Amino acid sequence: MTVESQSLPAPAPEVTPEGAPFWAATADGRLTLQQCAACGRHVWYPRYVCPHCHSTQLEWVEASGRGTVYSFTLTTRGILDYAGCGPYVLALVELAEGPKMMTNLVGVDTSTLSIGDEVQVVFADTGQGNALPRFRPLAEP
Amino acid sequence: MSIKRKAYIAGAYEHPGRELPDTSIPQIHAEVAIGALADAGLSLSDVDGYFSGGDAPGLGGLAMADYLGLRVRYMDSSDMGGSVYLSHVGHAAAAIAAGKCNVALVTLGGRPRTTKLRAPGQLMGSPPESDYEPIFGMNVSAVYAMAAARHMHEFGTTSEQLAEIKVAASVHAQYNEHALLRNVVTVADVVNSPFVSSPLHRLDCCVVTDGGGALVLVSPEIARRLDRHCVAVLGHGEAIEHTAGGFQDITVTGAVRSGADAFAEAGVRPGDIDYAGIYDSFTITVLLALEDLGFCAKGEGGKFVLDGALHAPHGRLPFNTDGGSLCNNHPANRGGMTKIIEAVRQLRGEAHPAVQVPNCELALAHGTGGWLSTRMGNATLVLGREDA
Repeated sequence: MTVESQSLPAPAPEVTPEGAPFWAATADGRLTLQQCAACGRHVWYPRYVCPHCHSTQLEWVEASGRGTVYSFTLTTRGILDYAGCGPYVLALVELAEGPKMMTNLVGVDTSTLSIGDEVQVVFADTGQGNALPRFRPLAEP
Repeated sequence: MSIKRKAYIAGAYEHPGRELPDTSIPQIHAEVAIGALADAGLSLSDVDGYFSGGDAPGLGGLAMADYLGLRVRYMDSSDMGGSVYLSHVGHAAAAIAAGKCNVALVTLGGRPRTTKLRAPGQLMGSPPESDYEPIFGMNVSAVYAMAAARHMHEFGTTSEQLAEIKVAASVHAQYNEHALLRNVVTVADVVNSPFVSSPLHRLDCCVVTDGGGALVLVSPEIARRLDRHCVAVLGHGEAIEHTAGGFQDITVTGAVRSGADAFAEAGVRPGDIDYAGIYDSFTITVLLALEDLGFCAKGEGGKFVLDGALHAPHGRLPFNTDGGSLCNNHPANRGGMTKIIEAVRQLRGEAHPAVQVPNCELALAHGTGGWLSTRMGNATLVLGREDA
């Protein structure tokens, strides 16, 4: 089966001070990440302190929006906003920059989907001034 | 300072109910507290230390301590999901060893089967990840399923191997009159049951039950006075495994560290263990724990569980002889307490005769709380017979 983005809810996040730059960028269709100026590693999800080296010098950088499927599941057990949307794919996508991001895969055929597949970000408008980053198969160049 | 033999489990009680629509959650805590204290030959008035997890209604343990009328001089209401009760045994033993209390009570109680409080996040306020994970429809079975899918990808683990874990639990549960599921199932039954979150099937998942359980720990001096076979706390370890800023390996749990600490404190090795109570929220939870506790090499869990390895009484590592959370109960969506209670029964020789491990002298109990694939609490106990 194939789950299309429009069949999924796009609940608006509660924007916290740490995450405000991230959500603001989604409104422009940009995926951003924190990167630590002290140790150089990327950080997901947004926060005040680097969990790798404990520096507080976290800076926002633009991500490529590309990644690979690290793991995924087709789940029938939607809860809260997802209670009535039918089966959908929850996934951990390993971004090209390194961190794994929990997200949904859309526009994928679940009968052929595999760990390691290349994906690219797409944005689902929440209607509240920001958008949820989801991923679909990488388009052929 | 080691806690080895500094505290003894003198009382244990598992609530027999699995659906308790007419019992309040505080009453469940009270019933199991009284039950465990009676098992020890003690009463509520003897308790001077109280340990409760996130299932206890009210502000930490304050409300339940008030409801029970406890005169507490030491209290711990820390939480690590369903693994916290194993953690609390370690904390209680440390408190007793330090002279902070002499009779410690640990309680669990809840009603997820007859109320709607099932979803993650509904009980937890707003954790910092709340806008980056649940917003994509994260649910409990899905995050465990992703760990299973990745383990299959990296190590070739199969659905049939995971099913062997459920089969062993069901073979044990047939002897437990209180178990929610008492039918013995086959590998085919498990893999032919509907997917909940691929690759996990309905029968890879634990039951959802009301109920609870409690433990009473006492100082060595009190243990000697009691007319009861007590169980020695020999070792304890706990570890948080987190998302590492997005760099987590979801095939590995914190049992690597909590297990190593517990074994080191007890001065024993995995091969010495006669019985293992292992948190079984899903079949994959058991498989990862077996590897990470050192019962087999990483990636070999699928092969380890074959050939009846987990079956009591004669498998290589008899586990969850009450039927575990996969078949017996998972009260309050937290399976850690019952892993300890059945280990206590095994060490006292009070398990059902069909599943009692002969000469059971050394047992392990392990919990994995929170969520595989994201963040988890892990706690391990090594327990021994009082006279061993």
